[in-house]
Amino acid sequence: MTDHNHDHDHEQPHPYQPDIEDAPFTHYQVMAEAVIELLTEKNVVTADEFRAQLEMTDSKTPANGAKLVAKAWTDPAFKERLMANVNDAAEELGIDAGHIPLRCVESTPDLHNVIVCTLCSCYPRMLIGLPPGWYKSRAYRARTVKEPRTVLREFGTEIADNVEVRVHDSTADLRYMVLPNRPDGTEGLSEAELAALVTRDSLIGVSVVKAPEEA
Amino acid sequence: MSHYQIGDQVSIRASFPPGHIRTPTFIRGKSGVIESIQGTYKNPEELAYGRPGTPAQTLYRVRFRQSDLWADYSGPEHDTAVVDIYEHWLAPLSAAPYGDTP
Repeated sequence: MTDHNHDHDHEQPHPYQPDIEDAPFTHYQVMAEAVIELLTEKNVVTADEFRAQLEMTDSKTPANGAKLVAKAWTDPAFKERLMANVNDAAEELGIDAGHIPLRCVESTPDLHNVIVCTLCSCYPRMLIGLPPGWYKSRAYRARTVKEPRTVLREFGTEIADNVEVRVHDSTADLRYMVLPNRPDGTEGLSEAELAALVTRDSLIGVSVVKAPEEA
Repeated sequence: MSHYQIGDQVSIRASFPPGHIRTPTFIRGKSGVIESIQGTYKNPEELAYGRPGTPAQTLYRVRFRQSDLWADYSGPEHDTAVVDIYEHWLAPLSAAPYGDTP
């Protein structure tokens, strides 16, 4: 034993994390790969355009949604424009919200909104980024419409009985983002400080925005 | 021109056709209120099969009381659900909610 003196036993290798390629390809993965190959072979899109599109999709973050919320909290005229047309309001702030029509639903001290897509996993990707795994799960999709308060409680979000819980099922051509209730104790904060409080989960509505001292 | 107006009481057709249906089953046969009218869109149930999806359907947001949707709903009476529904799935509340979609 000279330069190879670490103590693990090569006779009994530890479990390793499987590589992506170790799982069998699904039908749709094969189809997607085939279509991508055809499109690039026929020069409909280049590999670089395809890569750039993925990069753009992956670059979207909840910071976009948070920026809209903070602006709406501090500028009533902007809030009115946001409620009327999210895509146009986003453009005002230099955020490309894409071509899918987006709607904002406003939570208040008397109303808590939460978003789900029971049929698939529709999600305002341009404003919040890619959906988390749980948002696409059958459990979240099935249970959020049936027992929203129980689901919210599992996320650590307790909504008082005197507050209406309103579930939005985005089954069609529209995508939804919650405009969360602005918490008490944030009166002195700047727009940037407010934006930092707004999380992905508060934009979906499984959480609420918390004032700094309780965050 | 939308056939229903904001505040109208409507029923969702209790119809169960095969295909790429965009009206979730938990509201079929249930009654709600038109909350807003969201414009017209090509019918996705047709687009899914490569058909033109015309004429475009008016899309409504319909609000339901949770206690009308689930017999065993455990939350307060004022809890609601809002679902996006295309016009061909709606019927006036007075009409029987059963029947085939046109």
